[in-house]
Amino acid sequence: MQGTSNENAYRYLTQPEVRFLDAAVARLIPADELGPGAKEAGVACFIDQQLASAWGTHGRNYRMGPWPEGTLQQGFQSRFTPQEIYRAAIRETNVHCIKQHQKPFEFLTPQQQDEVLHGLEDGGIELESLPAKLFFSLLHRNTMEGFFADPMYGGNRDKVGWRLIGFPGVAAASYNDHIEEHNVPYRVEPVSILDIQEGRVKVDSQGYPKHAMLGQTKPE
Amino acid sequence: MTAAKLNPVDVVVVGTGVAGSILCKELAGTGLKVVGLERGRMIDPQHDFAMPYAHDELKFDRHSDIFQNLSRETITFRNSLNEMALPMREMGSFKPGECVGGTAAHWGTHTRRFLPWDFETRSRTIERYGKSQIPEDCTSQDWGITYDELEPYYDQFEHLYGVGGKAGNLNGEIQPGGNPFEGPRSREYPNPPAPMTYAGSLFAKAAESLGYKPHVSPTAAMTQAYLNPYKLMLGQCVRGGFCSSHGCAMGAKASPLTTVLPALLKHKDFELRPLSNVIRVNLDSAKKRAVSVTYLDARGREVEQPADLIILASYTFNNTRLLLLSGIGKPYDPVANRGVVGRNYSYQSSGKVALFFEDKVFNPFMGGGARGTSIDEFNGDNFDHSGLGFIGGAYVAVSSSGAMPIRNTAVPPGTPRWGSDWKKAAAHYYSRNFTIALHGGSQSFRTHYLDLDPTYRDTNGLPLLRMTFDWSENEKRMSAWITNKAAEIAKAIGPSKMSVDPTAGHYSIVPYQSTHNIGGAVMGADPVTSVVNKYLQSWDVPNVFVVGGSAFPQNSANPPTGTIGALACWAADSIKDLYLKRPGALL
Repeated sequence: MQGTSNENAYRYLTQPEVRFLDAAVARLIPADELGPGAKEAGVACFIDQQLASAWGTHGRNYRMGPWPEGTLQQGFQSRFTPQEIYRAAIRETNVHCIKQHQKPFEFLTPQQQDEVLHGLEDGGIELESLPAKLFFSLLHRNTMEGFFADPMYGGNRDKVGWRLIGFPGVAAASYNDHIEEHNVPYRVEPVSILDIQEGRVKVDSQGYPKHAMLGQTKPE
Repeated sequence: MTAAKLNPVDVVVVGTGVAGSILCKELAGTGLKVVGLERGRMIDPQHDFAMPYAHDELKFDRHSDIFQNLSRETITFRNSLNEMALPMREMGSFKPGECVGGTAAHWGTHTRRFLPWDFETRSRTIERYGKSQIPEDCTSQDWGITYDELEPYYDQFEHLYGVGGKAGNLNGEIQPGGNPFEGPRSREYPNPPAPMTYAGSLFAKAAESLGYKPHVSPTAAMTQAYLNPYKLMLGQCVRGGFCSSHGCAMGAKASPLTTVLPALLKHKDFELRPLSNVIRVNLDSAKKRAVSVTYLDARGREVEQPADLIILASYTFNNTRLLLLSGIGKPYDPVANRGVVGRNYSYQSSGKVALFFEDKVFNPFMGGGARGTSIDEFNGDNFDHSGLGFIGGAYVAVSSSGAMPIRNTAVPPGTPRWGSDWKKAAAHYYSRNFTIALHGGSQSFRTHYLDLDPTYRDTNGLPLLRMTFDWSENEKRMSAWITNKAAEIAKAIGPSKMSVDPTAGHYSIVPYQSTHNIGGAVMGADPVTSVVNKYLQSWDVPNVFVVGGSAFPQNSANPPTGTIGALACWAADSIKDLYLKRPGALL
């Protein structure tokens, strides 16, 4: 989180869990020639903030039993909350890694890490207390959220997710002037809610920012 | 616990969404004392939807506190009668609202009238093709009201909500630029159509080359500043995205919050009670007359509010559930094929063709509301169904609703879900893709219905509503056939890559599809197959009216909001002009 001092303050996750997540999300969205990946974007910090929020205990979900497994079409039916899923699944995935490779996940080679992630994704790896697919789908979803949500939630640092795809963030009030310019890329410095909260970007009387246009130097 | 009994009022309206707000406003103007009960919280758009917080995808699209709080009450779901229904534990396929303004506080502003055929599905199908065209076990039926009867009320609602569009049929005369397949309208839309987006114009050109008649999709996101008949001013939409799932920071999205409530709250004869969750309609001993409603107030106290007239105007699910919990009307039994409450639940089908380009950039974050371009050749019975093995259809559209990065970062088929190749594709294609979508109808069937769940309960100890629903062969055949037509248009546009996905397999409650759930308390001309008559009045308890999507006997391909609004205007007039003059069953 730009401008704040708590970008490494974790409220729910333990340090070994943070190391696991940093390593895992770096494989889901790697740093490469296109720019920073999910680790650099602070996705582990985003996940921690989410887990420490009401969502982490499924505060708005229906939580009463009984709990039969159900069909795929019936959706999420686990007794576990997101907090419990991450806690159990990280530990159990590391147990698997130590058994297979004598090392926890974060010390495996990138290729070994990808194999483990694929095993979680397709259920090839069995975890003791919950379906591996359940953990992977949550990790994948939260990684995408953390890469693309407003930076005020701890991820998408320096708006790297938005820069990657060309998303301008908080809209300007002037799109009507551009919407009929067909096939003309609108490239601007993205603006986040955090930018406005922290006074880095000024807004008009209705609260809309003015976008700073970028030169058309980016490769198409 | 003994309920606190309040002084009687003339009218109680349950729900303050599209239907409830209009009914409150129209009846509060007659001198009657009207109370609106809303289970959700009060919304002040200037506060709740203020910039820049309104442009927070995670908060509004993922964790919204203006969606129904499932920790208190949800529905249970199963595909078929022989499964055990399980609770919908997290929000997915649809997003019912829970606040003053209802689901329309966060709707997507798609406003199309239903086709004349939609109101007379059964009789017109038999008339054109014979009885054998109706699928086995299909319970689609006529509404007991026709398009022509409802036309003045569509007109009233569209002017209330400031809909922008171009008429395609003015009093029977086909108009260039509009949708030539729509039912005749008595006058133009109150606002002009939006300009076409780049994606919409590519679609229009390709559709035209294949002989179709593309038109700008009507929208209730203001295409210019607009003063509505309740003297409320709506701002022009700035096409900043963050529209569907979100409240509008500009007050440019027509909703109860912008088009009705500020005027309604000025009535001295009207009282709004938010955080008041109605759990029952109380009947007299003969069960022929409703005497009051019981609700839980903000502090959880049971309150009884007596009233002469009780109008259920909440979401499809809640209207049906309140009837079942109150013992109004005979519950539907799909095995015996008897009863009516819960019968003819339906949804909407879909289908999509995703197009990816190398050399075209769409600035997909610009847009909002229903901005887009549509064709109606394959909607309803606008084409010859002989030999096709299905009834009904879909409109086909490209919508530029404002692509948000979590929800709308699309990659071409065959791209891995993660890793460097995913990242490369996301970076390249986010702004270089769009979707041609089918918005499909869904006919009603004997085994698709709503009832009370035998196992799961809400936090008040009352049974949850149970949904039994799956895609029928009719909808799957229809979607496959029309998705092929959409793919032909896509090929004429010429993307570098495309994917084609009709509605197939089993219906799933997991991915978001639409908040277009309908039926359960359907209207009709025959009490054996309907819960309410053509005036939306209960056949069994004449001082109860049930207004909303719950009244649709089957689903049109077109979005439901315009028709819910028109039915509310029609019911309000029926109550004012007929019922209040002679309270009793309207025949």
